Amino acid sequence: MDFKKAFTSSVGKKLVMGLTGVFLILFLVVHAGLNACIWANDGGAMFNKAAHFMGSNVVPRILEVGLFAGIFLHIIQGYLLTLENRSKRAIGYAVDYSKGSKWYSRSMAILGTILLLFFILHWKHFWVPSRITGIEQQALLANGVEVHNLYALMQETFSEAWVVIVYVISCIALGYHLAHGFQSAFKTIGVHNKRYHLLLSSAGLGFSVFITLIFALMPISMYFGWIQ
Amino acid sequence: MEHYHMNLNLKVWRQPNSKTPGAFKLYRVENISSEMSFLEMFDVLNEQLIRDGEDPITFDHDCREGICGACSMYINGKPHGPWSANTTCQLHMRAFQDGDTIVVEPWRANSFPIIKDLMVDRSAFDRIIQAGGYISVNTGNAVDGNALPIPKDHADNAFAAAMCIGCGACVAACKNSSAMLFLSAKVSHLALLPQGDPERSNRVVNMVAQMDKEGFGACTNTGACEAACPKEISIANIARLNKEYLSAVLTSE
Repeated sequence: MDFKKAFTSSVGKKLVMGLTGVFLILFLVVHAGLNACIWANDGGAMFNKAAHFMGSNVVPRILEVGLFAGIFLHIIQGYLLTLENRSKRAIGYAVDYSKGSKWYSRSMAILGTILLLFFILHWKHFWVPSRITGIEQQALLANGVEVHNLYALMQETFSEAWVVIVYVISCIALGYHLAHGFQSAFKTIGVHNKRYHLLLSSAGLGFSVFITLIFALMPISMYFGWIQ
Repeated sequence: MEHYHMNLNLKVWRQPNSKTPGAFKLYRVENISSEMSFLEMFDVLNEQLIRDGEDPITFDHDCREGICGACSMYINGKPHGPWSANTTCQLHMRAFQDGDTIVVEPWRANSFPIIKDLMVDRSAFDRIIQAGGYISVNTGNAVDGNALPIPKDHADNAFAAAMCIGCGACVAACKNSSAMLFLSAKVSHLALLPQGDPERSNRVVNMVAQMDKEGFGACTNTGACEAACPKEISIANIARLNKEYLSAVLTSE
């Protein structure tokens, strides 16, 4: 029964983290791309259309189930691994060894917890109203279909300074989580070629900065009224 | 570098055995030469303790030339002390200044139980090697050196991995007490050579299983092990181990 070990041994548990991590990275690209429609400067018409497609078409609906499965698997496995790893050293050091590794590499669980708290707030702001409780304000698409005005909800949500600050802090936490997670995921999957290591480490850092900026700029540009 | 002498304060972990709780004890050593090794400084301290009728500090040491992997002190928050690519026995007192306070702790990991003071039981590493870190061949007569062609880069990488002396600094440095750098070095140096190839799948599966059984943590790729390793074993070996392991278990029938 060696096959099961691919997911249950210490290496296998990390494989689960790595694979779900890469899946969530792909989701971030889709999420950032769709949300970038707010910058079309058309009063949210393109964004509402995109949001309506994601909410009504069967393909993204099915993918959404996979997304939630992936995210909860990543969270639960992450916490279990952290607890297990911590239990391996009953008596700690008087002087910790902090020079050999980056602070964010050692703080993935804390950064992940910040992200989990952020997700709860984020789902309450947007996912729950758009999927469950409904959004009162409607928008009329060019083809005459009435859809949720998610764009107006964004504008309303990001009119409060504290919300914008919380979102920006969470984006920075996401950036650091990715700065370690992106390259670590590929190492866990088994990419050991030095040239690809370098490529993936650099691409990971670039991706982290890019994702942080693009997501942080959404609430910021709404708050300061940079988009019409 | 100029030769000088120094007086030092030492904060050393004392623990009579694995069952009894330990504590730090303060010591003072005087007139220590900057050319002494760290272990020689401990010899001076131990002679002083014996003269005073106290129990000398137990610590592991053997070759004292940086190749055996026996010495194992965690000095001022780093395995083998402040220098990089270095063992405790090759750490010289010129790394310190007069009046310094040096904190010395044993390797901390549940899988490395303390035997006494600064000496820990690293037999878990031996059991991991026994689980598969070898090749089963009847060696017979010595074969011609060129009979088995080995690409140069494979030979170099295998040799770099075989540099591992099994000191356990990687486990001591890792926040998860993971033995993955050690294991990856042992798996890599055989997997890269044709002699190790026939048993590569069983080897990696059995060695990982033994590592998990011994109670080491999982690797989170922080890189602390590589930074603390006296033999500069590359963390790329861990990614190679992951590949070896996943190819073995995912293709098992």
